[in-house]
Amino acid sequence: MNWGSAGEFFAMGGYAFYVWGAYAVTALAIVAEVWSLVSRRKAVAEMLGRETKLNDEMTHEAQT
Amino acid sequence: MAVSSINWFKYASPPTFYPLAGKLIPWFAYAAVLLTIAGLYIGFFVAPTDFQQGEAYRVIFIHVPAAWMSMFIYVVMAIWAVLGLVLNTRLSSMMASALAPTGAMFTFVALWTGSLWGKPTWGTWWVWDARLTSELILLFLYIGFLSLQAAIDEPRRADKAGAVLALVGVVNIPIIYFSVKWWNTLHQGSSINLTAAPKMAVTMLTGMLIMVLAFWMYSIAVALMRVRCIIAEREQRANWISHVAGE
Repeated sequence: MNWGSAGEFFAMGGYAFYVWGAYAVTALAIVAEVWSLVSRRKAVAEMLGRETKLNDEMTHEAQT
Repeated sequence: MAVSSINWFKYASPPTFYPLAGKLIPWFAYAAVLLTIAGLYIGFFVAPTDFQQGEAYRVIFIHVPAAWMSMFIYVVMAIWAVLGLVLNTRLSSMMASALAPTGAMFTFVALWTGSLWGKPTWGTWWVWDARLTSELILLFLYIGFLSLQAAIDEPRRADKAGAVLALVGVVNIPIIYFSVKWWNTLHQGSSINLTAAPKMAVTMLTGMLIMVLAFWMYSIAVALMRVRCIIAEREQRANWISHVAGE
């Protein structure tokens, strides 16, 4: 174990700004990418749902 | 067509690939999470303090994997793009487009973490040396690829234009990789060398390599997620997509 206490861990031997700055922005970039993909997938699902519904209605209308 | 009789080509068709990719995504995502936990645990709690750089070196556990991924994803992207151009397979081109944003993200992360590592160890955030400049050019290549594709409305034309750009940009990859050998640079030499024994402690190396695997798994998971979106967006008029999209 490298760290005597949680405080020591977060201090990173005086390099806290650099180390945590690097990790925080990386985590942020990953979260942003995953979030954008999840919302893109939702938009796609909605779009396809609309199309399917529209298609079904049209076939229904054609049949009646 | 003759090729359609070969079995493995089946997976190159969007209707077969779309559900397969959907099944694979959770596995790669779980693997990415578990490997990240393991890699960071080793990186922060097992790997010792560096005798020269103190704790500042711990940036290595994301910096080197991100830098490797930035180059590796570019090569894979260029290969898919060129396959799409030569074989005229839609899915290959979609794979290329799906990889580009993730590659750009890792390039940005490599530059950002490198800058935060450079300041305490070299005394500067940025220097226009060969390694850093060529990595910055890589970011511009990704951005160029993405904006070129975004600017062209017709998907197949966008694929072709992107493929040409991706292919031309490949020359930059060996430049990045060998820049630390070819020129005098502030950047240190390669962390890993196939011919020489590693210069760092085994635990440091282990943590770093596990993070490389984690980033690989992550990249595969997000690229598959994105390629499914691209397939669905492009094939929305096709009948099959509305049947599989519900799952």
